[in-house]
Amino acid sequence: MALPRIGIGRALAYVAALAVSAFVLAPIYLITIAAFSSFDAVYEYPKNLIPKEATTETMRVFLDSEGVTDSLRRSAYVAAITIVVCLAIGTPAGYALARFSFRAANPFQLALVSTRAFPLIIIAIPLAVTYLRVGIDDTVYGVAMAHIAFTLPLTVLVTASVFAGISYELEEAAMTLGCNRLSAFRRIALPLAFPGVAASAIFIFVTSWNEVFAAAILTFRNRTLPAQLLAALDTSPLTYRLAGGFFLLAPALVVIFFIRKYLLTTWGRVAR
Amino acid sequence: MADIRFEGVRKNFGKFAAVDGVDLEVKDREFVVLLGPSGCGKTTLLRCLAGLERVDDGRVFIGDRDATDLAPRSRRIAMVFQSYAVFPHMKVYDNIAFGLRMQKESKAVIGERVRSSAELLHIEDFLARYSSHLSGGQRQRVAVARAIATKADVLLMDEPLSNLDALLRLEMRAELKTLLQSLDATTIYVTHDQIEALSMGDRIAVMNKGRIVQLGNPLEVYDNPADTFVGGFIGTPPMNFLEAQVSSDGTTSTVEVSGGSFTFESDAAALAGHNLLLGIRAEAIGVETAAADGLVRAKVVVLEPLGSHNLLTVRCGEDTLKVSISAELFPLVDADVWLRLEPARIRWMDRDTGMAIPTGAERLATEAAVVIS
Repeated sequence: MALPRIGIGRALAYVAALAVSAFVLAPIYLITIAAFSSFDAVYEYPKNLIPKEATTETMRVFLDSEGVTDSLRRSAYVAAITIVVCLAIGTPAGYALARFSFRAANPFQLALVSTRAFPLIIIAIPLAVTYLRVGIDDTVYGVAMAHIAFTLPLTVLVTASVFAGISYELEEAAMTLGCNRLSAFRRIALPLAFPGVAASAIFIFVTSWNEVFAAAILTFRNRTLPAQLLAALDTSPLTYRLAGGFFLLAPALVVIFFIRKYLLTTWGRVAR
Repeated sequence: MADIRFEGVRKNFGKFAAVDGVDLEVKDREFVVLLGPSGCGKTTLLRCLAGLERVDDGRVFIGDRDATDLAPRSRRIAMVFQSYAVFPHMKVYDNIAFGLRMQKESKAVIGERVRSSAELLHIEDFLARYSSHLSGGQRQRVAVARAIATKADVLLMDEPLSNLDALLRLEMRAELKTLLQSLDATTIYVTHDQIEALSMGDRIAVMNKGRIVQLGNPLEVYDNPADTFVGGFIGTPPMNFLEAQVSSDGTTSTVEVSGGSFTFESDAAALAGHNLLLGIRAEAIGVETAAADGLVRAKVVVLEPLGSHNLLTVRCGEDTLKVSISAELFPLVDADVWLRLEPARIRWMDRDTGMAIPTGAERLATEAAVVIS
């Protein structure tokens, strides 16, 4: 009886895995084939699940639309700035949180979490007013700053847990072998934390790339891609929206594809 | 050249005094074991020497330098950690080479030293592997090879064998002792395993509650424990302690324990005025099967055959004693036996302070040791 039971359990696990995959992949698949179909195919009903022909017609029209390539470029800038600043500040902060016991470490952690408790809508108007006053409204840096504010607290918490998982004895061993604190961090803790830090970089990227609300209220002419799409949503054809959707999800998928090794691998062996 | 000196070293964690005023001098190339139960401050003391903990008070000298405020890397020490702390993202070769690279040694020197250290630990075949592909014992060898590769003046070992299984530990103990004898380093070795301490150290510093309670060579510490804690902590089984009264007429002394009394030819003046505890090792008690003068009657509670000898638990009046007897003797449970408490092997303790009472007989045991060279 034992063997078939395991077989059924396995089968159920596969079914469940397939169901979850299908749930996640179905919209991605539909958007992707729509983005690479002709106009007629997009409007066709009932839909063909297997595209008859792949064309770049829809894509070309989308990319040639007013402001799209500029907004793509701005989105990339914003994401890059957000990642660099978040990691530059968040990684050392997470390290400090994991390694050193200091007064108010717990309240500090709570404060980090609580920044996520304020709905953006509440601070939207004051934020916009402040931006106008300081003169950083409608700039890439302004949007990046807002994104940094959203993602930095979580970066600190995630990297803190990553560093907490790396034994401090390893760094102490490096120190007895000739390292100071800084070089022990650079040669031991940082390489070991790399998969975790890479994962949090992906998280930052996806958050920034898809963030629409702050980008929409803080920019007017210099919009990022999600803000641009939102602004054009009412007035644009279905093909434009689908192609835009594809551009919002594709980079995240590509990045995750190339970096998945670091998400799943602990040194020399796949994490189970 | 590196002798080590602790002067009044203190280390507190909050209100808890982990190291509570330690003075200790270790000679150049000596092998000193810090022995004590967990939480006694032995690892903290070692970490103070390594520079991984700052001392709150007192000074630490390594060689002729005051190392109290030096960073770990400036102390010319190497350390083997309990968890081994082998770098998981580096191959074995790079692990062993790490300290040498930090010292900016030439490639040729690094290659030479890595190879010779690896050969000493018999891991030369694993140099290209990552530590995740090594067994615990092999990882332990990598940690030791990494520590000896830099030829540090002082070698610190924090319970290096405690994570190995029993057989491997026995094997590694002898191997490590041989290896350390061939090196020129002064070694401080932390363990809670008294057998390890007895078998490896030139001297043992027994620690309890942040202090060194006894410092001496293994035989001294075993035969003449400084107090009831040391007697109870060292030795398997631990030292037997019995409440006793001693009366003396100047030449003959009579000892009364709860199970009976016996006499010995000696003045017991040093014992007068103390509430006495009679401390005696299991193997210092003779067992006879018939009553005679100077023997104390006891009843067998349990017999544990251990192969090399038999361990007997007996009830003697109010007291329970562990007695080790020849492997050929098998007294039955509940049988009466008569115990000979060897007067020369008795360690008298003050029941109130727990401290040993010096009687002048202590030197006998170590003088009896025969050194074959």
